[in-house]
Amino acid sequence: MLTINKTAEKSHITIALQGEVDASNSVELDEVIQEALDDNIKNILVDGTDLQYISSAGLGVFMSYLEDFNEHNILFIIYGLNEKVMNVFHILGLDQLITIIDSREEAEKLVHEA
Amino acid sequence: MKHELKLYCEKSRLSELRTFITEVLSTTSLNDISQNQLILAVEEVCANLIIHSHDCNPNSYISLKVRLSDDNIVFEIRDSGKAFDLKKYKSPEVNSVVKEKRKGGLGLLLVRKIMDKIEFETNHSINTCRLIKKLNSK
Repeated sequence: MLTINKTAEKSHITIALQGEVDASNSVELDEVIQEALDDNIKNILVDGTDLQYISSAGLGVFMSYLEDFNEHNILFIIYGLNEKVMNVFHILGLDQLITIIDSREEAEKLVHEA
Repeated sequence: MKHELKLYCEKSRLSELRTFITEVLSTTSLNDISQNQLILAVEEVCANLIIHSHDCNPNSYISLKVRLSDDNIVFEIRDSGKAFDLKKYKSPEVNSVVKEKRKGGLGLLLVRKIMDKIEFETNHSINTCRLIKKLNSK
């Protein structure tokens, strides 16, 4: 079960993920990121505080947009991951390719510095 | 101890698979991170079979048996779909996944990193994949 909440603020949007991302629902995550790109959003934060599980289907969604983020100078930050989920990013070294930080405060600070 | 699950080939059944493995592993002394890794690895193989070997046909199924012993945990995944030899499959590099904007390809890479040993055989059109995790290892 996955619930996605999108909140638009002045400087950025936050995509909050709650539950589990797997092959049955990763397309929902894909849609919300594609939408942000279509809307020309320059700062995208992903709130992973309530994300309990992610499989490669979810990781693949993030990975497939990294080139677009680079090309369009989009700041993409994931924050609040619990240690189990963080470990999954770490196994493949994806934590080196995606900006993953601890807290919302740090994420917003990066947005304001950008 | 031996545990068994019959998993029908729908993606929506993956959460059922996770619940099953979570229950089985709760009797072990593995920590949360290791348990999650094993759940993930088994799910990746099953998701792959459901999607690519069985085209998400809800009438076909995969059998999963889990054997726990003092030395290791063996996940035995059997199906009668198109044979997919995990051992022969060459996983893409993470960098090429990014460059090609691919959404797939990372799953089996995870399985290889997580498990200690992968076995595959096909016998009378039944495919058996065994994922083995040694205990007291990484």
